[in-house]
Amino acid sequence: MAESITYVRDRFIDAEKPPASDSSVIAWLHRNLFASVTDSAMTIVAILAIVWYLPAAINWLFVSAVWTGADRTACLTTDQGGQLPAGWSGACWAYVNDRFVQFMFGSYPRGELWRPLLVVVMFVGLLIPFLMPKAPRKGLNALLLLIVFPIVSFFLLLGGTFGLRHVETSLWGGLMVTLIISFVGIVVSLPAGILLALGRRSQMPIMKTACIVFIELIRGVPLITVLFMASVLLPLFLEPGNNIDKFLRALIGVSIFASAYMAEVIRGGLQAIPKGQYEAADALGLNYFHKMTFVVLPQAIKLVIPGIVNTFIGMFKDTSLVTIISMYDLLGIVKASFGDSGWITPVTPLTGLIFAGFVFWIFCFGMSRYSAFVERRLDTSHTR
Amino acid sequence: MALADARTGSGEPPKVSLLYNPALRSIVYQVVTLVVIVAAIWYAWNNVVQNLARANMTAGFGFLNSRAGFDLAQSLIAYSSDSTYFRALQVGLLNTLVVAAAGIVTATIVGLLVGIGRLSHNWLIARLCTVYVEIFRNIPPLLVIFFWYLGVLALLPSIRSIFQHLEENPDAIFFISNRGIYMPAPVFGDGFGTVLIAFLIGVVAAVAFTVWANARQRATGQRPPVLWVNLGLVLLLPFLVFLVMGSPLTFDYAVPGSFNMRGGMVIGPEFLALYLALSLYTASFIAEIVRAGIRGVSKGQSEASYALGLRPGQATRLVVLPQALRIIIPPLTSQYLNLIKNSSLAVAVGYADLVAVGGTILNQSGKSIEIISIWMLIYVSISLITSLFMNWFNAKMALVER
Amino acid sequence: MAKTIVTALVGAAVLGLGATAAQADTLSDVKAKGFVQCGVNGSNLAGFGAQDSSGNWAGLDVDLCKAVAAAVFGDATKVKFTPLSAKDRFPALQSGEIDLLARNTTWSVSRDSQLGFDFRAVNYYDGQGFMVKKELGVKSALELSGASVCVQSGTTTELNLADYFRSNNMDFKPVVFEAQDEADAAYNAGRCDAYTTDASGLYSIRLKMANADDHMVLPEIISKEPLGPAVRQNDSRWLDIVSWSHYAMVAAEEFGITTANVEEMKASANPDIKRFLGEEADSTIGADLGLPKDWAVQIIKAVGNYGESFERNVGEGSPLKIARGLNGLWTNGGLQYAPPVR
Repeated sequence: MAESITYVRDRFIDAEKPPASDSSVIAWLHRNLFASVTDSAMTIVAILAIVWYLPAAINWLFVSAVWTGADRTACLTTDQGGQLPAGWSGACWAYVNDRFVQFMFGSYPRGELWRPLLVVVMFVGLLIPFLMPKAPRKGLNALLLLIVFPIVSFFLLLGGTFGLRHVETSLWGGLMVTLIISFVGIVVSLPAGILLALGRRSQMPIMKTACIVFIELIRGVPLITVLFMASVLLPLFLEPGNNIDKFLRALIGVSIFASAYMAEVIRGGLQAIPKGQYEAADALGLNYFHKMTFVVLPQAIKLVIPGIVNTFIGMFKDTSLVTIISMYDLLGIVKASFGDSGWITPVTPLTGLIFAGFVFWIFCFGMSRYSAFVERRLDTSHTR
Repeated sequence: MALADARTGSGEPPKVSLLYNPALRSIVYQVVTLVVIVAAIWYAWNNVVQNLARANMTAGFGFLNSRAGFDLAQSLIAYSSDSTYFRALQVGLLNTLVVAAAGIVTATIVGLLVGIGRLSHNWLIARLCTVYVEIFRNIPPLLVIFFWYLGVLALLPSIRSIFQHLEENPDAIFFISNRGIYMPAPVFGDGFGTVLIAFLIGVVAAVAFTVWANARQRATGQRPPVLWVNLGLVLLLPFLVFLVMGSPLTFDYAVPGSFNMRGGMVIGPEFLALYLALSLYTASFIAEIVRAGIRGVSKGQSEASYALGLRPGQATRLVVLPQALRIIIPPLTSQYLNLIKNSSLAVAVGYADLVAVGGTILNQSGKSIEIISIWMLIYVSISLITSLFMNWFNAKMALVER
Repeated sequence: MAKTIVTALVGAAVLGLGATAAQADTLSDVKAKGFVQCGVNGSNLAGFGAQDSSGNWAGLDVDLCKAVAAAVFGDATKVKFTPLSAKDRFPALQSGEIDLLARNTTWSVSRDSQLGFDFRAVNYYDGQGFMVKKELGVKSALELSGASVCVQSGTTTELNLADYFRSNNMDFKPVVFEAQDEADAAYNAGRCDAYTTDASGLYSIRLKMANADDHMVLPEIISKEPLGPAVRQNDSRWLDIVSWSHYAMVAAEEFGITTANVEEMKASANPDIKRFLGEEADSTIGADLGLPKDWAVQIIKAVGNYGESFERNVGEGSPLKIARGLNGLWTNGGLQYAPPVR
């Protein structure tokens, strides 16, 4: 036999490196930044913009910023009556630092701050396991978070009982108010939204009409008008001489508004449940209440969790509107501090707004990330 | 009777208590609901009457004809402090519509660009667009308004420095100050109406030509030069008429007055802050909608259009976008509605929109029920009209489906 | 039934949030709940109604609230303050949320009649003025033609402003804000040339500016603004108490009674003073008003006489340094005049 056949290869040749235009850094740049002339132009413009603005922004926010100081002179230039060199501009974090407690809790008596702080600890302690899909005892957790916690917090914050000092709601303010209003909005709007959505899909014409009118009326008008209605008209609608707390009026306004939006999200979920599910529940002889609570709603709500979280985000942002009916939520109290003679400087408003914006952003971004996480989780559970 | 409905199958009718009759129950529930609603309204109404009597106030819309007594900063129609409350509300409504319309147009354009940008192959552009969306989506619009108003526009040059600037550059006609943007105002002379008519004729002719061109393309496969002919019709025709009429257009330039610029046209910082904030805030949502819409069109569609020989631009315009629009329009509608509703935040910076003007009237006259009803009625109507229009547009788009 | 349900629902929600049903008789209601709910300025108007950083209220209007509490309860601390914006103040009083509105509110015929309030006492005679930056070189409001003017919406100020410019054939650009702090910030940022509100307010706002000396208040006073406490209409007993709480402060100044000497003055030989302080055996002034016998003593002990309160809050003893002027005693050429105490 021949030792070998010339046209039969007996070993693999070494693999060649991929062409340089495919794998190197240059290739990546070429593919992702300079694929065409327009692409290159856009990239260059974007890079120029970044090089121009980013260092300036970082400089303004951090490098030139004033971090400590007792009053406005710390953040004023010499010709404005302060100590900084002429032409200076930067963030005045000293002001945020000085007002921090007020931004968080408003005028809540300083000696009683442990009360809101305790509420925060309870909230975080209950919320984290509630949000973790793996944590056990979801039912108990929900019960504690959505029913026990609000009641305990109510008595803790307001006081007047159990030997606690009474703290009027007019003293509440800052982030605390923002969180309370959005939390109450969430807790109220979920069940109210479910009822409204069920009402809208019901066969009973009167029930249905009432729900449609309510939902569409509230969704058709801006939150401000609903807040005005709650704050100005509500007292007129109740018995003469009634006296509803202003804070409560804002809570009612926000809850009404959120319920109408929540109803539409839930309705989307209800519509997505196949008819077979309803029929199967009927066939099993379940009554309406059982059919909804055991078969339809669990599936429907699971479907629309992202939508629900988005509504929460919207509501969280919308709480800032209570500023307009002169309540001091985070944005309101930050804005009110611009007029404080102790800290009037040209950079105060910008610093304060950036701070408030950052706080809002953290909460909203966190919620939207969580929503995306839940969405992914639910996705995989369906596709396997 | 209703009991008969409960009878199932043959033989002995099962004994079903009236309590479990669905039809009867439904009626009972509804009657109870109705009673509760009517009672609540009656209760509220009764209290309103009592409360008003107690406060010695009367209800009714007659006050709308009273003299307003206050001045408004922005007004598109003739208005002075001698005008009526009703007139003031009209001014407010117009201002709302103006800022909403301007905001919708800008938000759509920016949103579309950013949405497409997020899907761009250009890594940097995609990242920048993502950063934009994630920042603006997660900040309250009210805060964005304040940011523009107090953080940016208030820091622009003062009117004094503009005066100084004008002394050094007497030819300058366009100024940006913390009192707004000043620019020359067009003054239309005699005969400008003819130019407008020529423009309208041009537009109509352009539309007609496009329809004809489309029909011809379908019939013969050849496409006439639509773009150039249309440009000529829409721009050149009015321009020629303009020249023939002897250029009936002059400009009124802003000149320094005692405290402010006099003459010219000014866009106030209140409008700018509101307009920029609404546009940029809503654009971040529209970008997400556009992105979802484009991603909702399967990749095979673009590949198929490439296979048919369409260029990427054509593929996007003729194949992908029309399909994406069907996904985009419903959520886009609700964003438009949100923008219109958010324009009520004008009250925070003193832009004289419907809510701000209404609020002032509410304060001066104490007619809270009437003003809030007017607000609700107008906003619900605007929302309904917008929804109807967008539904019509949606239906028109849906016809593309075969 | 529905009424009961609604009431029960609202009642349950309101529980603990300080809800009370006010009767037409505010005094009984106030006594029943144990404190006076007083509406004051919510935008920190130094000198009239402002809260310091630890949440204590001070000001001329705040003193009046305290005086009412001192008269009713003999304890000036039995008062709670509701900070109110210009917009909220009237609904708050109408609805019974507050018992008394002491928020630098102008007494006008329409508010007295149409809005359903009653005014009687005036605790500060004010008038609307203008503040400008000194660098503008403006010396009179009549030179303000063409200026941008910052004003708060929903106030009499806004109406007077329009009328003033109209009647002087001048034009102006209004820059209107919902809240006072927004107007302050805008004026400070140079959004407008002039700021208009009550002259007292101008002095208070001037203090907040980065450099108070850069701003001046123009001499023109374009309106009459008698600021006084308002109560709901048709409750004359409560109106009497509120008005006489103010008059007691003025009378005390007329008599020369101060916080420091009120105890000695009880032994005064002057029968008017003795009657006023409730020292005469058969004195029924307090009882007739529905108050304790020593109501005037309690007021003076708590807030001093009108002159003391004025000096402390807005006068020489305060950063505002406003002269007594119209608010001097009638004996000194001012308008403050207490009806006779007999």
